[in-house]
Amino acid sequence: MVSRAEEARRLAEAVPDPEIPVLTAGDLGLVRVVEEDGGRLVVRLTPTYSGCPASEAIRRDVEAALASGGFTDAIVETSLAPAWTTDWMSEAGKTKLAAYGIAPPVRGPVSCPHCGSAAVEELSRFGSTPCKALWRCLGCREPFERFKCL
Amino acid sequence: MADALTAAYALRLGDDALILSHRLSEWVGHGPELEEDIALANTALDLLGQARLLLACAGAREGRGRDEDALAYGRDVLDFSNLLLVEQPNGDFAQTMVRQFLFDAYAVELWPRLSASRDEALAGIAGKAAREAAYHVEQSAAWVVRMGDGTEESHARAQAGLDLLWPYAGEIFEADEVETTLAEKGIAVAPSVLREHWQARVEPVLEEAGLVPPEGTGVRKGGRQGRHSEHLGHLLAEFQFMQRAYPGAEW
Repeated sequence: MVSRAEEARRLAEAVPDPEIPVLTAGDLGLVRVVEEDGGRLVVRLTPTYSGCPASEAIRRDVEAALASGGFTDAIVETSLAPAWTTDWMSEAGKTKLAAYGIAPPVRGPVSCPHCGSAAVEELSRFGSTPCKALWRCLGCREPFERFKCL
Repeated sequence: MADALTAAYALRLGDDALILSHRLSEWVGHGPELEEDIALANTALDLLGQARLLLACAGAREGRGRDEDALAYGRDVLDFSNLLLVEQPNGDFAQTMVRQFLFDAYAVELWPRLSASRDEALAGIAGKAAREAAYHVEQSAAWVVRMGDGTEESHARAQAGLDLLWPYAGEIFEADEVETTLAEKGIAVAPSVLREHWQARVEPVLEEAGLVPPEGTGVRKGGRQGRHSEHLGHLLAEFQFMQRAYPGAEW
């Protein structure tokens, strides 16, 4: 028997990131709390970067996913503390990210997500979204993005 | 009373982030190279996110029903309480990065301390901002060194930026009853506490860059009390145009 909260967590965690659709809210570690509060379901999400527009989109998508699963009265809130860190990204998420061509946020040496070479260099500390930086591989000569460690 | 003071404090920090974010966003499409265009836009976005959270907090504490948009778009020059430093024009890329470094070196010392605030909302915002500021200061410090220790041209431009902006940095450490009262309660960080930490970050970078702060310039201040340089009015004229022309417009 799956509880209401467990079912709601499953729905919320399955919501894909709008910018990096291979990752779900669950992979990113965004779903902090799912609980029943006086008969109403409360879901607390943590935003990634303060200004990331995807956070807003994910919140709306989680509301929609919960509503479609029958949780029409669910309250989706944002919680800032403790601050989100890439250490909360799941191992499955990191593996999917690398397969998608983005070097995952692993603290330590970076390797090319295409060929695995460790001969890589940073081109820009910023990238196409707040969470990524631009890198290139000196082995296979392909550029790639790296999910920054935060 | 505590709430009015906390509202004023959150508004000061929020206005710093908002105005500096707008200044950086003026670079979008004009950056010296693509990577820096992206870097400036990303930094602007982080600051905008911080500004939204801080202004929303200020509005809630104020208790007059103003949300972050009302505070951002519905106030005039005299009601803004940002540091004069952040409203100064971009100038060239060197001037922009010197301004950014002087601010980032402050932000990276402020936020970790404020994350221990007894005000939970401010502490939460500060905890997020601390991580972002740490990334920003690495970028701006690297550019200050690269330009100060670069060519004759880049050095001259970076030094000119420092000469122009240095007098504004002193305002960072000014406090009136807002900061003083809240710091005693463990809610705010007393700006005076930050001075030595800021210097410990700024001095080695300037030394490595071969840049020398001007002497005897005094402190240009007044932004916290709404006494701004002429530049803020021009900035707001652009920033607020749409909401002034079409109040409440959404899309």
